[in-house]
Parts: sequence; structure tokens; C-alpha cells
Amino acid sequence: MTRELWNGNEALAEAAIRAGAEAFFGYPITPQTELLEYMARRMPELGRTFLQAESEIGAINMVYGAACAGMRAMSSSSSPGISLMQEGLSYIAGTEVPCVLVDIMRGGPGLGNIQPSQSDYFQITRSAGHGDFHPIVLAPSTIQEAVNLMYVSFDLAFQYRHIVIVAGDGTLGQMMEPVELPPFQPLPAERPSWAIGDPAPHAPRILTSLYLAAEKLEETNLRLQKKLATIQAAETRYEAYEAEDADVLLVAFGTVGRIAKSAVRMARASGLKVGLFRPISLWPFPSQALRAVAKRSRAVLVVEMNAGQMLDDVRLAVGERAPVRFFGRMGGVVPLPDEIVYEAQHLTRVTRSHSSRVLARSRPPG
Amino acid sequence: MLPNPTATQGTNGFHHNPVDGMEVVFQRPEALRNVPTHYCPGCTHGTIHRLVAEVIDELGIRTRTIGVAPVGCAVFAYQYFNLDGCEAAHGRAPAMATGLKRVLPGHVIFTYQGDGDLASIGGNEILHAAARGEAITVVFVNNGVFGMTGGQMAPTTLLGQFTSSSPSGRRAELHGFPMHIAEMLAPLPGVAYAARCSMHAPAEIRRTKKALHLAFAAQLRGLGLSIVEILSTCPTNWRLSPNDALTYIRESVLPVYPTGDFKIAEGLRELV
Repeated sequence: MTRELWNGNEALAEAAIRAGAEAFFGYPITPQTELLEYMARRMPELGRTFLQAESEIGAINMVYGAACAGMRAMSSSSSPGISLMQEGLSYIAGTEVPCVLVDIMRGGPGLGNIQPSQSDYFQITRSAGHGDFHPIVLAPSTIQEAVNLMYVSFDLAFQYRHIVIVAGDGTLGQMMEPVELPPFQPLPAERPSWAIGDPAPHAPRILTSLYLAAEKLEETNLRLQKKLATIQAAETRYEAYEAEDADVLLVAFGTVGRIAKSAVRMARASGLKVGLFRPISLWPFPSQALRAVAKRSRAVLVVEMNAGQMLDDVRLAVGERAPVRFFGRMGGVVPLPDEIVYEAQHLTRVTRSHSSRVLARSRPPG
Repeated sequence: MLPNPTATQGTNGFHHNPVDGMEVVFQRPEALRNVPTHYCPGCTHGTIHRLVAEVIDELGIRTRTIGVAPVGCAVFAYQYFNLDGCEAAHGRAPAMATGLKRVLPGHVIFTYQGDGDLASIGGNEILHAAARGEAITVVFVNNGVFGMTGGQMAPTTLLGQFTSSSPSGRRAELHGFPMHIAEMLAPLPGVAYAARCSMHAPAEIRRTKKALHLAFAAQLRGLGLSIVEILSTCPTNWRLSPNDALTYIRESVLPVYPTGDFKIAEGLRELV
């Protein structure tokens, strides 16, 4: 039970290695570059594959190649780099080979800045590339949770022949916390039966996402949709914190989920019954669980570091059961617990207000 | 021809049927499937596929070779070769091949790319695979247009050439100059072999096969990246008959794109 102090990006890298990562292809981009640098040092030490690619486009296509060979391949990037990877991710999803990707989100759109943000939510959950698919998206709120989720990512990816994205933000990537690291998983002894380059003798195998005949591509898509339904039924993850008797239910993920816990404690200390529903899997979104918890609340307040993206999924899940409001900060600004508490207090004074959003600090100064 | 009880079946679905007392001197390569291709009449993709397959057979590497198909007319190349294959995104084959080669260093990895795929959208991927000296083999089929999408201008289109996206002809002041990939990559230290060949005459086809042999040998000897640029016909998009298309290469393309070996690594010289 040894706990050591680790930087978030580096802990993610070490957890991936212990989970059996065999190949890492990446590119520098703030605020995740430490992950790349850690891999550059550690992978060769263990005789595994590391390469800094010429761009994120190169990196994701190298991952695609290694994934076709049935290897545990991964990359990491941040928002502008994830945009570049979308093409590759679509091909990986259409070919149905597994891979793991870390997205340490930063302020956007465009070059934005290097501060924390959650504005990739739509990008990574809706499909992370053209076509009908959703990667599995896991959103840790502490470094320990990031380590734990990374540790099962490759198993999930290979179980479903799917993409798993571990989504953090600049805060998670840059901060340091004590963590307990899991033991080393042995590298796989055999390659999957669909892998090309399998050293065991086999009839030639082809991996492609091209199905020119419309009926064949429809068949493929029906199969993908069935797979997604299986994932939805089996892989939702969430945490409910002080939610059983909450009048105001906060819904937040990642770093904001962690800040929201402080807000819950602060609010309860002042006599307001606030609880938190924290999705850990952003896709599949824990709609059913949220619906059940929200039913007991008088109002739902979604808090994100964006203009309201998970908000849509919350509205879909909650429906008419409770009014849904939103408080968000953008541009890399991180909301503080007292701002959230203020909005929660304000919420109880407003009777019915769907679709209202607060996008900047509204608490009066002083 | 009566069925011969000693006839053997190759793994490519081709029935080898030697008659008693006679030796088989020419047959479909093991590495090429016995299926019809979709290529146009007069297109030289089919012949290039055959040359690649013959070299793979002669080197005895079929069961440890992987082909990375492009986006282009050869998008179905993996259906024609009798070995493991995968489909890359447009231009990204050298990156996909890099991923494969780095995790399967004992395998032979080749990409098969057209000029739109390699020189246009794929410019960065091929440049960096060459700069890194990835031990992969690049079969670069240059027909001066984007074939599959209907003959648009490509980086390799000749000045004055009419295409569907340069309907007044390519002009240097608007569209720049044709790109010479083999010459551009040759000076890079990571490139072990860079050559340009052509398909417009039997002697040239034999030279192309020789170049492909050297290219795969460079990979087997771990010398670096090998690339064979092959001048190829596109009768459909050039609006020429198959024969006129061959003449077009000899009279118009060759003066701009000379054939030759632009780089031969020391470790290959004894094979030349």
C-alpha cells in the first residue's frame, strides 16, 4: 500500500504501461507533453515501442497500424491535437481495432490557450470522427481515479474492439497527488484472431473500413450499433455523492466534479441540501442512474468548463422531472466552490426555469 | 486438357496443372490472387501488382509481408494480393506502415500509393517516414492525375496538362510546378533506395521489376526506406487509348520525369 507523489500526466503514462501498453505514438502539445516525455524514457527501458510522430495525424495513424497488428497501442493529446486525430479515430472505429487515447483538454476553440477546459465533450462523446460511433469515454476527477481507469482501458478496448478515451483536463494533467500504482499486467502471449502480422500461420487477413456496397456498409453499421448497445448496458460508471436527500443536484464531471464536492460540503454547512451526480463514463452516459437520482431533486444544476455540452445529455436524461439549469466558465477559467454554491442558492429562489445558462461569474463582488 | 492427378493447388486459388514431362515456367505468383481486378483497360496497376507479387514470391517473404493500401484506384489492392493487408486513410499509409514496422520489425511492410495519395495529402507522412529511415518499401504509382475521383490535377500533373480541375491546363503561375518525389527524397540519409521506373515498354517493365527487387532487399537488409516511383498510364482520365497512353509516357512524361536510380545505399550495390 505505498503511495507516491505523482504528476497527473506521468501517472497516466505509468498506469498505461502497467496495463500493458506496448506502443506509444504521440506529439508534443501542452498540457499533456509530460506524458509523451515520460513514455520516451520508460518505453525503451522496458523494450516497448515509443515514437514521437511528425504530427498528431502521424501519431494516430501509427496507432492505427499497430492496433491492426493486435498490439496495445495508444496516444495522447490535447484538444487541437484531438481535432487532428478525428480522421484516424473514425478509421479505427470503422475497422474495429482497439486503441486507447488520452485527451487532456484545454481552452478553445482554435489555438485557445493551455488552461484547463472541458470543451471537447461534444467532440469526443458524439463520435470523435465522422460516422456513427461513440468511443468509450472515461472522465477521472483525481489522479488515483485516472490511474484506475487507465488500468482497465486496454482490457475494455480489446474486449469490445473499440476506442477508449480517458478524458482529463489541464488541471489533472499538471497537478501532483499521492497515488497508489497498480501492479504490472503481463503482456499478451497471443495476438487476437483478427490481427494482421500474426506470427502464427494463418490465411491472409484484411482489415479495412471500406464497404462500397451500401447494404454491406449498413450491415457493418448495424453491427457497430449493436456493439454500442452492449457497451451502453455494461459500461456506465458514475458516483452519487450526498444525493439521496438533495434539493439541488449538481451534475459535473472530471475536475469540476471534484470542485463540486467541495461545493456540496460548503452548501450543506450553510444549510442547503445539495448533492452531486458525477458521471465517470461520459459515453456511455449514465442516463438511467441520473434519471433515478434527479427524480428526487427539486432542481438540477449542471456545472462545466464549457458553454453547456454535457448539459444536453443531462437534459435528455432528466426530461421534465426537474428544472435543469447551467453554470459554466470558459476559456480556461476554473470555477471555484463558492461560485457554484452561489448559483445553487440562486437556483432555489427561481421557481421554474428550463434552459437558462450562466456563462460567467455572476456572484457580486465582495 | 484432362485433369491431372498430380496437379497442385496454390494458396492463391490458382490450379497449377503441370502436364507430365513438362516444366511450369510461367504462372500466377503465389502472392497474387486469382481474381479479376477492377482496373481500366490499359491501366498499368495490374502489371505493377504482378511485379510486386513476383518479387515477394522470389524473396520467399509472402507469409510475413503486409501490404498497406491507399485511397485511390488501388484502394482494393488488399483484395488482389494474397497476403495480410490493411486500408490506410488518404495519404497516411507511410504512418500506418511505420506503426506496423515498429511493432513487427521482423515483418516486411510495403505501402502502395498513387501520386495524389503520396504527394498531395500524404506529403508530410512520406517525408517523415523517409527522414526517419523507416525500413518500409513504398510502391509509388505516378500517373499524373487523381485517377479514382475522375482525373483532377495532382502535384505530378505536367505543365500545360488539361485535367478536370485545371481545365485550361496547368499553369506554373497559378498551380506551381510538378513535384519530383524520387529526387526530393533521395538525398535524405534515411532513404536507402530511391528510383523512378516506367511501364511504357517491356524493357522498362523489366527495369521496374529489378527496382522493386532492390527496394524489398533494402528493407530485408534493414538499410532504410525504399521507394520506387513508377510512371503509369491512366487512359481513362488522359482521354487516350491504351496504346496512345503508353506513347504519352514516352514522349511527354519521360522528358519531365526521367527514369533512373537516384539513391542506392552501399549495402545494395552488389545487387545492382
